[in-house]
Amino acid sequence: MKTTTKLWIGIGVLALLSPLGLLLPEYFKSGDAWGEWGIEAFGEMIGYIPRGLDKLSALWSAPFADYAFKGWEEKGLRDLSFAYIISAVIGIAVTACVVLLIGRLLSRKK
Amino acid sequence: MHIPDGYLGPQTSGMMYAVMLPIWAFAAKIVKKTLKAKQVPLLAIAAAFSFVIMMFNVPIPGGTTGHAVGAVLAAILLGPWAACIAVTVALVVQALLFGDGGITAIGANCFNMAFIEVFAGYYIYKIISGSSGVTSGRRIVAAGVAGYLGLNLAAFTTAVMFGIQPLMHTTADGRSLYCPYGLNVAIPVMMAEHLLVFGWIEAIVTALVIKYLQKEDPSLLQATQEVR
Repeated sequence: MKTTTKLWIGIGVLALLSPLGLLLPEYFKSGDAWGEWGIEAFGEMIGYIPRGLDKLSALWSAPFADYAFKGWEEKGLRDLSFAYIISAVIGIAVTACVVLLIGRLLSRKK
Repeated sequence: MHIPDGYLGPQTSGMMYAVMLPIWAFAAKIVKKTLKAKQVPLLAIAAAFSFVIMMFNVPIPGGTTGHAVGAVLAAILLGPWAACIAVTVALVVQALLFGDGGITAIGANCFNMAFIEVFAGYYIYKIISGSSGVTSGRRIVAAGVAGYLGLNLAAFTTAVMFGIQPLMHTTADGRSLYCPYGLNVAIPVMMAEHLLVFGWIEAIVTALVIKYLQKEDPSLLQATQEVR
């Protein structure tokens, strides 16, 4: 088997295991990454929501925000894990396709 | 380490786009000269790996979370300029499709993870590897150290970006407009968690993949020597 094929299999395995990145922080009661809090967290942290931050934070509405599906915010961890895997697959596919395209445009033939 | 929209003022986020644009243009130019068609699949794999490894949030119990980036690995396999493009694509996809990192902060996030981490990691790996053979143990150590230091340098520049916001954008009543935490908070917190936890994850991930490739297909590790 070609090494690149093996590496793709490895990436597929990582996609299937990716919900660990969701479940472990949940299990250990860990919050957001530092500097990546949602705006609602600021009231408790500093007593107000920074005005510019409030305005800019809603600038972009991503189709799969937080690696989940729209309207699934209240779903359980099993559904969220499923959405997480699908997000991983979509993200891997889009990233790889864009890089293949750029690579093809830029690379030397020989 | 993905700065969301609203944490940086327009000066900082605009400035980082301005810094990254010539870097991206130059990367395209260099890659056009050096990347071989047969390396393109590996470049796509490196980008996909970077994308998915960033989904593995590692918890500090009762505290925050963080993750590896995989940027140093891409740099070791394909050279810093190609890696810069690969990690940039992963970060742009994360911002646009998954809201991970702000769209106004794409320049800043790419500066930290696709430029600082990539280039620092690459040259640290080169220096420690020296003239050792591609399958030598020294290169595994070099990959680990490069991963650890590369991620920590990226954490540092990220912390500086957060930390300078209160200096630039505080209203008369003492309220912050953007990130409210100054350098005195951002740097110690970001550095402590990355030096103690997340840097080690990047080190282990980078070293393990290099070790695997040494056994499986050392020719992949020679690529950057010909290509620079």
